[in-house]
Amino acid sequence: MALLERTGRDGRAAASPRRLGSLTARRERRERRWHLGPDLERQQRPSRSLLVALGLASATLMTLDLTANGAALDPVRGVVADVVGPAQAGASAIVRPVVGIPDLLRTHSSLRAEVAALEEENTALRAELGSAAFQRNRLAAYDALTAAAEDLGYSLVPSRVVGWGPAQSFSSTVTIDAGTDAGVRPDMTVVSGAGLVGRVVSAGRTTATVLLITDPSSTVGARVGDTMDMGFLRGRGVVGDEGRLDLELVDRTAVPARQDSVVTWGSDGGAPYVAGVPIGRVTHVYSSLRETAQRVVVDPYVDFGSLDVVGVVVPTGTVSDRALVGPDGELREAGR
Amino acid sequence: MTTARSLAAAAAVLLALLLQVSLFPHVAWQGVVPNLALLVVVAGALTRGPQFAMVVGFAAGALIDLAPPADHVAGRWALALTVVGYVAGRVRSESSPTATTVVGTVAASSFVGTSLFAITGLLVGDLSVGVGELLLVIGVAVLWDVVLTPFVLPPLMGLFRRLEPARVT
Repeated sequence: MALLERTGRDGRAAASPRRLGSLTARRERRERRWHLGPDLERQQRPSRSLLVALGLASATLMTLDLTANGAALDPVRGVVADVVGPAQAGASAIVRPVVGIPDLLRTHSSLRAEVAALEEENTALRAELGSAAFQRNRLAAYDALTAAAEDLGYSLVPSRVVGWGPAQSFSSTVTIDAGTDAGVRPDMTVVSGAGLVGRVVSAGRTTATVLLITDPSSTVGARVGDTMDMGFLRGRGVVGDEGRLDLELVDRTAVPARQDSVVTWGSDGGAPYVAGVPIGRVTHVYSSLRETAQRVVVDPYVDFGSLDVVGVVVPTGTVSDRALVGPDGELREAGR
Repeated sequence: MTTARSLAAAAAVLLALLLQVSLFPHVAWQGVVPNLALLVVVAGALTRGPQFAMVVGFAAGALIDLAPPADHVAGRWALALTVVGYVAGRVRSESSPTATTVVGTVAASSFVGTSLFAITGLLVGDLSVGVGELLLVIGVAVLWDVVLTPFVLPPLMGLFRRLEPARVT
């Protein structure tokens, strides 16, 4: 009955009463056949076509992102990053003091366990662990960053981690609160006071996305510090805090010693990774007869479960919206 | 009324994204966080049916795909959450949501959503984790979503229901 009235108001249908009659009859037949109320029918019938439409829209998005390395979606990502990025930074600023208390307790106990396990190691390693404990303190973290800049000879843009990609997405990425305004560009190296963190994959105005070296799709050119053997370091994407890395050496006969340090080998122009950044130390070496190469397991210096203050390596003299940590370890005021 | 509902849905999705990116990683187990955006989609599906839920799901998925920490191929979460909206919406049209129905729907939706995301990753060559790890992540995600259901679903369903006067049949 409702249909009759509605169609009756429609000028076109009202103009030909015969057509209206046949329409109504057809509709009634269908209703009798399916025993469905008009409400349910209206609710369900178009939903399948909507499912197909939205599915195709998703497929279009995927195709756009897969062609030309996602160039078509880059502007859209930029706009979304400009809206969501500052909101993430704000949410993170609100959340940080609240979650800080249990975080402090948790990391403190885990650090204590770690120290106990490593007590037999040499004093240098212990000192390193001691300094890692101070990373809870923001000031100490900036100090460590300053020291890192001094060692590497680059300027650093200091920033904080404000967002973590969920494990459900099966990739290890974080958001940092420095973007193109701070001089951050894609393919820049990201370090913390302890060592290599990852590289910038995309940068918005105020935020940037960093691909961690523990991500399975991340490959870093690395060399063993003691023997200068070269190889490729791949993330294993291990879920959780324990991020281990696999090193495949180019020289198949080379066997690195346990506790050997691994550093970046560096690319031309410092992109995506600058040379000489400490990554981690060798914990295990596996060799199989079937595979020609050996698998070397590297334990990263950086604790990826509690990333907070990180630095983006930029060329000295970059224009930034914040103070840069210079190569001599001094804070440089923002040069607008 | 539709405008108010759309605004409420958009606000809920944005809040869900912020919480699951900035708050829940601090309490995450093995890096797995509750999928709050999925819970918003399920709440929409149980109160408003598949059409509304599919649109919300697509929008929320596209936002997750394009917002900063994401580095995967865009459109994967959009597709996964659209299907979640459809599946959860079908549950609504067959029965009125009791507590058991809601929890069951959330568990099923979480499983379908995360699995579908992983499968599209395999199809487009964007996934490089083992099956064991995959199942572990899916299992923990389902557990998280079910645990958060009593706290998140009732207020959200109440919100969507209040913004929608009883349909005239």
